[in-house]
Amino acid sequence: MQASQSTVDPAEIAKFQAMADEWWDPNGKFKPLHMLNPCRLDYITRQIAAEFDRDLANDLPFSGLQILDIGCGGGLLCEPMARLGATVIGVDAAGRNIPVAAAHAAQSGLDISYRHATAEALVDEGAEFDVVLNMEVVEHVEGPLEYLTACQRLLKTGGLMICSTINRNAKSYAMAIIGAEYVMRWLPKGTHEWGKFITPDELFDLIANAGLEPVDRKGFVFNPITWQWRLSDRDLSVNYVTASLKA
Amino acid sequence: MEHDCDIAIVGGGLNGPTLALAAAQAGLRVIVLDAAPHNPRKNTKFDGRAYALALASKRLMAAVGVWEGIAEHAEPMLHIRVSDGRLGAGASPFFIDFDHAELEEGPMGYMVEDRHLRHALQAAMLATPSIEYRIATRVIAQSTSSKGMTLSLANDQKITARLLVGADGRQSGTAARAGITYTGWQYGQTALVCAVQHGRPHGGVAHQFFMPTGPLAVLPLSAKRSAVVWSEQTDSATLINALDDAAFLDVLRPRFGDFLGDITLVGGRFSYPLGMMIAKSYIAPNVALIGDAAHGVHPIAGQGLNAGLRDVAALIQVLSEAKQRGEDFASQPVLARYQQWRRFDATALAVATDGFNRLFSNDNPILRLGRNLGMGMVNALPGVRRGILREAAGLTGELPELMRG
Repeated sequence: MQASQSTVDPAEIAKFQAMADEWWDPNGKFKPLHMLNPCRLDYITRQIAAEFDRDLANDLPFSGLQILDIGCGGGLLCEPMARLGATVIGVDAAGRNIPVAAAHAAQSGLDISYRHATAEALVDEGAEFDVVLNMEVVEHVEGPLEYLTACQRLLKTGGLMICSTINRNAKSYAMAIIGAEYVMRWLPKGTHEWGKFITPDELFDLIANAGLEPVDRKGFVFNPITWQWRLSDRDLSVNYVTASLKA
Repeated sequence: MEHDCDIAIVGGGLNGPTLALAAAQAGLRVIVLDAAPHNPRKNTKFDGRAYALALASKRLMAAVGVWEGIAEHAEPMLHIRVSDGRLGAGASPFFIDFDHAELEEGPMGYMVEDRHLRHALQAAMLATPSIEYRIATRVIAQSTSSKGMTLSLANDQKITARLLVGADGRQSGTAARAGITYTGWQYGQTALVCAVQHGRPHGGVAHQFFMPTGPLAVLPLSAKRSAVVWSEQTDSATLINALDDAAFLDVLRPRFGDFLGDITLVGGRFSYPLGMMIAKSYIAPNVALIGDAAHGVHPIAGQGLNAGLRDVAALIQVLSEAKQRGEDFASQPVLARYQQWRRFDATALAVATDGFNRLFSNDNPILRLGRNLGMGMVNALPGVRRGILREAAGLTGELPELMRG
């Protein structure tokens, strides 16, 4: 928790709590993220457990690991990581998310440090992490290579980056933009710019050029009948996730 | 912020303790609150109560470490024979015979006496350090907040938990306090339950006779004994119930038939009015219901306990997956996964057993002919027979991991 929180006006805190409730309402504005979250967490937790030789059946399996979540939003990934025992820092370029996420973490009784900062700013501070979570961010940045290079510099040697994004093809245009933004209204119109979407091969090249070694990739596939997401080895046609290591 | 336990389970019957053991294995701290005043001791006499534990349920018992203790007392069901019966006329020549040899997994189920199952579950709970088992403990209030549950006990103590599980059966206090209501109906039938000793061995055959007044199940126990679950219209059941043991047997004999030789009663007699109840929701904030607290089905296919154990296995899988992901396992999105998994299953079972009972519990000659033809056909079609057998063994649908063996 940030020390500066204590100086915030109580009315402001109430407002942030209301916004946190919105972030954390499984049927609210962020419903698509809540639906995707178990599947994202399955991938993230298993990759971290495999890389750092942790057993997820144990209590606090991630204790001792420093994890950075870039684009933390309301803390949907930070909280699970903290619950698993990691030391977690969440950053978001949107400053309004920071007190919101902090308010929810306090409610959950979790110790998470949230900051209004960019990856590049953390590099300048010389911060280093065991794991960098980089989920659904790269399709929103101006210079993906510069951004991924900053992520690389934020990793300790032997560190792990998990990066997910959206593929660029006719299907992803139909699903992510027409489907999610216009038909289902899951996301505000204009959330995504299709031209910024990246294919898995392009992402692997970008990651390699940023100085990391890509080691795994999987698809997140939505089943419209069960309304559940699952991981797929083969279908990376819309949402997908990658793991890479800093040698 | 530190809770007294991760999960508080209200109800010390069979589902609650099974859940406690599975939860402890998943690394959760559990308090079991049992309103009953004492532990049944090991060598309790057979009281007449027994369960048909489907194969999937037996696997769950093995997974939580209690099967070893009850295996020596369990009687495998090697055949299930379903036939239409008429008072005094003996079994119809049309029947369906289900042979366990058609199922590669082994016997479709086991008959287990209540005293053995209950004792094994309680002994296992007492031997598990992360389970606190409190007897003679009544919950009088419960409240939920963003931090979890607080239970107020009749002895003025309070218990805090992240999740409260109601395993307190029909008329569940947990459900009532959470504002959960039920939908359902009464059948106007009452199940008479007892056990009999008989002259001839049963050969591991479970019989289901469909009598016009209601179904009669004869289920194999160890040592030439069988459990009897016998449904009658409630008014006649009340009369039969009032009879002494000898007169009771005189009423049972023509229904039971003489295929196992003469019968005598062992243990007590029980009666349960039959009705179907399904909770309108299986979950509330920080609360989940399992077993009869969630759904009471007609005991026609012996599936009540099995359905409850399936709740246990599904709930524990949902919770432990959530815990391993770092999710708040008591949160609504997580509990909603349990409800989504189980509510459909239980409703389908309730409707199927209800339809079955309505079809068979009458003496209409046209329906009787249809039933006989239907049973003859099912018996002639191995694929259909095998499908029903897998259903009875609890192997169909989305099977929780602990039931996969």
